[in-house]
Amino acid sequence: MNASSNPILRIEGVGKAFGPVTAVDNVTLDIKENEFFALLGPSGCGKTTLLRMLAGFESPNAGRILLEGEDISPLPPEKRPLNLMFQSYALFPHMTVRQNLSYGLEMERLDKAEIRRRVDETLATTDLTQFADRKPEQLSGGQKQRVALARALVKRPKVLLLDEPLGALDKKLREKMQLELKRMQHEAGITFIIVTHDQEEALVMADRMAILKDGRLLQVGAPEEVYERPADRFVANFIGVMNFIEGTVGADGLFRAEGLEVKAAGNAGPATLAVRPENIVIGPPGDLPVSGVIVDIAYHGLDRVLHIKTAATATPLQVRIPASGAGNWKIGDALSLKIDPVKCRLFQ
Amino acid sequence: MSFNATRPNLLAAPGVAWLVAFMVVPCVLVLSYAFFQRGVWGGVEYTFTLENFARVLDPLYAKIFLNSARIALTATVVAILIAYPAAYAISRAPRMSQPILLFFAVLPFWSNYLIRTYAWIVLLNREGLINNLLRWLGYTGEPLSMLYTESAVITGLVYNYLPFVILAIYSTLSRLNPELMEASRDLGAGPVRTFLRVTLPLTLPGVAAGGVFVFVLSIGNFVTPALLGGGRFQMVGNLVYDQFLTANDWPFGAALGAALILTMIVLLLLQARATAHASGESKGEASQ
Repeated sequence: MNASSNPILRIEGVGKAFGPVTAVDNVTLDIKENEFFALLGPSGCGKTTLLRMLAGFESPNAGRILLEGEDISPLPPEKRPLNLMFQSYALFPHMTVRQNLSYGLEMERLDKAEIRRRVDETLATTDLTQFADRKPEQLSGGQKQRVALARALVKRPKVLLLDEPLGALDKKLREKMQLELKRMQHEAGITFIIVTHDQEEALVMADRMAILKDGRLLQVGAPEEVYERPADRFVANFIGVMNFIEGTVGADGLFRAEGLEVKAAGNAGPATLAVRPENIVIGPPGDLPVSGVIVDIAYHGLDRVLHIKTAATATPLQVRIPASGAGNWKIGDALSLKIDPVKCRLFQ
Repeated sequence: MSFNATRPNLLAAPGVAWLVAFMVVPCVLVLSYAFFQRGVWGGVEYTFTLENFARVLDPLYAKIFLNSARIALTATVVAILIAYPAAYAISRAPRMSQPILLFFAVLPFWSNYLIRTYAWIVLLNREGLINNLLRWLGYTGEPLSMLYTESAVITGLVYNYLPFVILAIYSTLSRLNPELMEASRDLGAGPVRTFLRVTLPLTLPGVAAGGVFVFVLSIGNFVTPALLGGGRFQMVGNLVYDQFLTANDWPFGAALGAALILTMIVLLLLQARATAHASGESKGEASQ
């Protein structure tokens, strides 16, 4: 993690409604300097509206946005030292790559030599030097994406906002660009705030992430934190793969479902136990407390996911095991399993 | 089943036949008169000559030609200056109300050109609505002479062709990705610089299309100059009209017509080239 502790951007009780629809509801969030921060949520959760309020294209109905302690919410977009990389890239079609990059510096009324120097430098670091004189229509999707990033970076913003920056790229290129973006963020030493609906993307890239749903902030934390200790059922389900087991917690502090018992710290009453596929151990029939039957096997290269029917749940439990040395499990095989009590979460 | 190249050609055949029969043939016939001499009692004497074209370049007629071009150009500029803000406002209105606003912009088209032009006589007359209104407001001087002036002709031309320009500019504005304007603001340009460096350059094809339309229709117009100019402001259109119907000099009228058509064709070609160039540029971005 390359984040220091002082917040560069503070979102304070920010709310936004469009007519009767609340898009963002009382969100408070600190973003630290040099942090790679992800706003994550399903479509319509308000993450893009929040980003547009930071850029200045929407004004909040409530709350303040503080950049280095100064309230920037009354400022128009052109007066804010933040830049936005648009989902559609929004490259100016009538300008060359070089002209696209120079545009923002010309607006700062820098002298020609300085503009040229900074544009050349940014073109070099984004591997775009050879495309400087091309028009956007002559570029591939990945190249356009780099130009959009370069056009924002050349302004040396205090915070760079990225709206689904990899959404238009295919899977292979997207994975490559995830690491590329992280590298560039590190080299530029700029705070990145990225909006994405792809939880995997957020896990890979972000130093910290915020999960939004229906305009409300559900959880903020490092990827490991959010993955291992999701704040609620929604987050648990949204991030990664999760098995949910419905049952009850007894007065003895044991969670019970049909044919299954796990020690859990919770209040007596109905509860949902959430456990990741990698936190279930399997063994030959009878060895472990819970018995089940394999109904499906999905091969993922590095590992296999077994779908195991037990008495405890209607949908089969997913169990992740290493692909190598995992024994010769076949569909229809009976086995037994055990849930690691330390690594599961209880929602009540 | 495979599509072959003749099928689209066949589909275009009725349209092409119509154009050839009722547009190309008559035009070629009339224009061919320009190469012959005028008959003593009118009509055409079929002796080859280029004299008619030489007469077109005569300072007397060249002046009328240039004067028409000047009036048409003024009308074009005024129409664009009025149409652009209107088109911009419509393109910024809520999606639902845009068709209604466009309908109102085009509404004058539903009435007859002559009636629309006569309406301006009623308005601009010395005893007309505007002078009456001024008198009612307390103006006591001489009634303003607005009718039968060059301004009246320009007003009439602008009024009649304005809807075309609004439509042409609106169509380019509404196709523009609004994120381009936002990107410009984000990069530090205020609303004015955003307009001058992003919006305007990207909508110039629409401005050119609308502008060429007004210019071409204005320079050859003879109804508006006759009615609102009172015959005092002769334009090429009136001159052609007079040669055919009053002076009975068909060959000279045809030569004037040829010069007019040539001007129009050159302008339309230039505009088509500019549009093709610009749309080629914006293609890559539109698909996002």
